Amino acid sequence: MSERPFALTNLRLIDPSSGFDGPGAVLVAEGVVADVAQGGDLGALSPDVEVVDAGGQLLIPGLVDLRVKTGEPGAETKETLKSAASAAAAGGVTTVVVQPDTDPVVDEASVVDFILRRARDIELVHVYPAGAATKGARGERMAEIGLMREAGCVYVTDADRPIVNSKVFRRVLAYAKAFDVLVAHRPADPWLSAGAAATEGEFAGRMGLPAVPPAAEKIMLERDLALVELTEARLLVDQVTTACGLEALQRGKARGLPVTATTSINHLSFNEIDIGDYRTFCKLDPPLRSEDDRQAVIDALASGLIDIVVSAHAPAPPEDKRLPYDQATPGAVGLETLLPALLNLHHDGGLPLLDLLRTVTSRPADLLGLPAGRIAKGAPADLVLVDLYAPVVIDSDKLLSKSKNTPFDGRRLQGQVITTWVDGRAVYRRG
Amino acid sequence: MTALDAGLNAVLGRTFPFPKRHFLSVLDLNEVEVTSLLDLADGFVALNRQTSKKLDLLKGRTLMNLFFENSTRTQSSFELAGKRLGADVVNMSPRSSSISKGETLIDTAVTLNAMQPDLLVVRHGSSGAASLLAQKVTCSVVNAGDGQHEHPTQALLDALSMRRAFGRIAGLKIAICGDVLHSRVARSNVGLLQMLGANVRLVGPPTLMPAAADRWGVDVFHDMKQGIAGCDVVMMLRLQLERMDGVMAPSQREYFRFFGLDREKLAHAAPGVRVMHPGPMNRGVEIDSEVADDLSVSLIQDQVEMGVAARMAVLTALSARLDNDR
Repeated sequence: MSERPFALTNLRLIDPSSGFDGPGAVLVAEGVVADVAQGGDLGALSPDVEVVDAGGQLLIPGLVDLRVKTGEPGAETKETLKSAASAAAAGGVTTVVVQPDTDPVVDEASVVDFILRRARDIELVHVYPAGAATKGARGERMAEIGLMREAGCVYVTDADRPIVNSKVFRRVLAYAKAFDVLVAHRPADPWLSAGAAATEGEFAGRMGLPAVPPAAEKIMLERDLALVELTEARLLVDQVTTACGLEALQRGKARGLPVTATTSINHLSFNEIDIGDYRTFCKLDPPLRSEDDRQAVIDALASGLIDIVVSAHAPAPPEDKRLPYDQATPGAVGLETLLPALLNLHHDGGLPLLDLLRTVTSRPADLLGLPAGRIAKGAPADLVLVDLYAPVVIDSDKLLSKSKNTPFDGRRLQGQVITTWVDGRAVYRRG
Repeated sequence: MTALDAGLNAVLGRTFPFPKRHFLSVLDLNEVEVTSLLDLADGFVALNRQTSKKLDLLKGRTLMNLFFENSTRTQSSFELAGKRLGADVVNMSPRSSSISKGETLIDTAVTLNAMQPDLLVVRHGSSGAASLLAQKVTCSVVNAGDGQHEHPTQALLDALSMRRAFGRIAGLKIAICGDVLHSRVARSNVGLLQMLGANVRLVGPPTLMPAAADRWGVDVFHDMKQGIAGCDVVMMLRLQLERMDGVMAPSQREYFRFFGLDREKLAHAAPGVRVMHPGPMNRGVEIDSEVADDLSVSLIQDQVEMGVAARMAVLTALSARLDNDR
């Protein structure tokens, strides 16, 4: 923090929270944004300020990723907090929320504290734990939500596992509301989803894959919305990926329910056909959907029905992926590909940059009440300098994640991180 | 040995350059390749009916049977096919080996591949397993059934049985009946028979029909009598009995009443209809013994015989391709 103050000038500045997209400059001192000049120049600078001409490159707030898994504690061969933090820094993600389904499960304050201390020692990006909503994430008994909140968990969730018992979930919602804790929940009917490796339809039928109908998402989402109406608690819908799920979400939001919804960058970028000849790197949870569903998700992102995009970073080593499709572990790493894949929706899909970036910066930060996700005077200097048009070919071997399971391997995208700063410290520079 | 020579010449006259290294899915084949394989197999049928059945087309080659699911019928069919062509045949039984001790499929494949087999015949309970293996080994891989995906040699032997019974496949009306959802036999047959110009229908209860099966280019029926009306071939599929009893159908007796093949339902098919079944049969569940054992309508015995010939054709074609690679 005591590093020399620096000014970035000649920028294209994008700050979704203030809706600004234009030329500008930023002064960073003491780990925070000391001054921002939107559309103009900074005033007179003291001589000890290092001035860097950015050559017109794009400066955006560091990304806030609400859904990241590592293997720490318990499965460090998959990913450690440190390797995940390095990957995040390289991907321009300056705040990550790690999921509680580790071993042990993050279902009590001591594990929350462990993760916060580890992250502090690593000193790369901001890491916040999500706590389990139920003990052991087993969906039976409430976890110590209040104590975990005090220890620093930012929301509660049972991660991939839906809380099947409606009575338990109702109590979780009602109890968490009293502590103003956000509850995230995966909308998936457990019986329809059991054993599924793909989405029901022509593709899964031809490939002989056990499949789940898209309605499984809608069924659970409708239940959750009904319980939100009952308890008036805040709900984060963990990855809406189907057109029918979006219809349910639309109705819930139209009723004014306090719900926020995410989707994953994978479901915005791929459809079930990408599974091809049983590519297990495309085995995800929820599974990849039809192209119609993917288009519906993109439309929902454009309209604002979906609020937030997550990487759904889920490292899986070769021994978990190099298996027959139905036996392979679902999930894909995503921290390093989130930004270029999102920018692809601008380059290829024509979605406005401000709207896209809002879903990974100010919206998730505001939802959790974090000071991050904006370029504003006094805000933490979590910044990313981006070469918006630089072509990249994603190469899984070059990922910093310990696991290399990316469905983007070989994909041609546009947009490269040049430098990532966290609290004014450069934590990544393009080599 | 003149009979053998005649048979051998008949066979060798029918070999053709097969362009694929593996035999994984009927969708990898085209009509010319399938027809050539069927012609070749026809020659092997004649050969197999002679006293001296042994050839040396695969002499020096090693064929490994790797069956992760038990199947006496298919495994011994491949074993006989390999032996009659002069190959050394090894049967690996993963249940008693290290695979059950946590070794992954790929580790097993790499280990076996190091023993330099030429042909690896694989059956596995997961869809796509044969294709996965094929990516990791240097030998030829034959898919002997992967999960609910494909069983291409079964489709080939079914086509051979039909072609010999009717003299053609194009234009035949064929009903595939029963548990289509879980059937790799059905998927391979739909692909192959459509390629050869047959008119294919699928018949079964909605719970045993894949989603969007009507987009496979077939007509889907949930009423057996309507489904087999006017059909030249009724192909019954094997039903896993544990899927009865209220899971996929209420009971065995209810299933037999509505979807089991008996004389009464068969009367709706075309005159001269032939009945097929990939075996093993659940008599009284999907097929009535009276129908199964009536040799004037049943091709079920023929299918087993054709199985050896069809697999000999596949092994010969793949082996010729291996020769070209050297």
